[in-house]
Amino acid sequence: MGMNAIEKILANHSEQETVVPGDVVVVDVDVTVQFDSAREDVLKLANPDKLVLLHDHVVPAPTVQAANNAKRMREFVERFDIKNYFPVGQHGISHVLVAQEGYALPGQILVNADSHTCSSGAMNCLARGMGPSEMLYILCKGRTWYNVGPTTKVVLEGKLPERVFPRDVIHFIPGQYGDFAGQNLEWHGDGLAGIGMDGRLTMATISAELSVEFSLFPYDDVLAEFLEGRAKWPFEPVHPDADANYEQTITVDMSMLEPQVVLPGKVAWNSKNVGDVAGQKVDQAFIGSCANGRLSDFAIAAEIVKGRQLAKGVRMIVTPGSQAILKDAIKLGYVETLMDAGAVVTNSTCGACFGGHMGLLADGEVCITASTRNFQGRMGSPKADVFMGSPATVAASAIAGVITDPRDV
Amino acid sequence: MARTFTGKVWKFDHDINTDLVIPNFAVLMTLEDQLKHCFSANRPGWVDEVQPGDVLLAGRNFGVGSARNIGAVFHGLGIVGVVADSFNGLGLRNCINAGLPPLPCPGILDVFDEGDTAEVDWVAGAVLNVTTGATVTGAPIPKALQDIVEAGGVEAVLRNEGYLAAR
Repeated sequence: MGMNAIEKILANHSEQETVVPGDVVVVDVDVTVQFDSAREDVLKLANPDKLVLLHDHVVPAPTVQAANNAKRMREFVERFDIKNYFPVGQHGISHVLVAQEGYALPGQILVNADSHTCSSGAMNCLARGMGPSEMLYILCKGRTWYNVGPTTKVVLEGKLPERVFPRDVIHFIPGQYGDFAGQNLEWHGDGLAGIGMDGRLTMATISAELSVEFSLFPYDDVLAEFLEGRAKWPFEPVHPDADANYEQTITVDMSMLEPQVVLPGKVAWNSKNVGDVAGQKVDQAFIGSCANGRLSDFAIAAEIVKGRQLAKGVRMIVTPGSQAILKDAIKLGYVETLMDAGAVVTNSTCGACFGGHMGLLADGEVCITASTRNFQGRMGSPKADVFMGSPATVAASAIAGVITDPRDV
Repeated sequence: MARTFTGKVWKFDHDINTDLVIPNFAVLMTLEDQLKHCFSANRPGWVDEVQPGDVLLAGRNFGVGSARNIGAVFHGLGIVGVVADSFNGLGLRNCINAGLPPLPCPGILDVFDEGDTAEVDWVAGAVLNVTTGATVTGAPIPKALQDIVEAGGVEAVLRNEGYLAAR
């Protein structure tokens, strides 16, 4: 039995020749990403030249504590002479930035404390959230361990209908199959050729909500073109063996999909066709985060709100994934279009997605969001409800004031 | 660390997420302050009732969500171990790295009522309901990961090896 691409990347980075589900594999890490702060008690680093430091969750600092954390990071950068550092002004959400700047590369292992690190799976890069303590270990030692879980092969067929998006695909799967705790997803199929990098990054990011260990996309023409002139270091893509081991295969005919809305509270077993929740009143509409703060998300939101006004009483917040995306969105006129409709376009930050430092929900309010989570209390009051949809669904709902099928506007 | 922990159980449902353990407004707080807000949305007042030595039981997909260090919070509240149908990978890492023994054990919620006493051999996977005599067997985490828990978590390992400054 051969290995799938995830198992091969793990084997390539370990002393094991083969890796099978059930193994705990110790691997050398290629790239380490850390955000917002750094520890003062670290004495030595394993690989400072492959360390990327940046500010994203709370930026610019909203509290003195956040400011002190950021100061500790700047001191860390000085102390260890870190080359790959993105100060405030060149900032962006870590997962957006590592893609944009070519740090997340095919066949490599990237680590970051944050749970949405699986985003870099879009680049055929093995990546997952590690948690704060584990990051300390990797900074010092340059290696870590992974539990090797069984892998599901997801075969995407067909073409997405008009105004149905990769975000809807990644809502549909947990709606049908529940969570994948302790397991991996590998993306396959002819339908992938029609999904660009922005869409793949959305799907890889939201894989965290499916509770996966890893979510890995193939190295193909779409990815090769994206990395051209962008990749920071040499890389070797990894493809699955012809007789690779998969626990199961899920086939999704994308041409049959409707826009998918996830109901509040959890993601597993909780998705509906948009028509089933249409008419639900909303108070706030948000587009942003590592999932959907990219240029194509601005483009579809601007297309839908162009020449229209937000429904009375609805707030719409749009947050770019990076400073570079904001600049492009300004140049292309998307920001002006959104503002003309009554939306607030913010600085790049994790901000409203985690109710961190802006855009919080009041008691009893309802939000429709194209960000990462719908948990109770996630975006503000624990008495608020968070529905999730594609940026198109969010924009259409902001205009109507109720959850709305984006194909109806 | 003993291979067995014994304590009164608290039962929680499926899909217990990180944002319930550490709410958004507590993310930037010190650990000591975070302890006061654990489960404040889904079970207000729980932190006043939980006692050092208690055991947490949960359903599927325990710890789904963010990198928030749930292991450190439960450890800080005096929880001696977590037994759940299944764990989110990141939630599991944060328990292991905080030195808090986790035991995946499908069906755990069926053999306990809240307040029963559990005796859990987290190394071998044997779970006994001391109150009723019922038993269930879990799937212990691999030996290499048990070693991190037994060392007291990952920071203890680093400090012992000279990677971190002495406190």
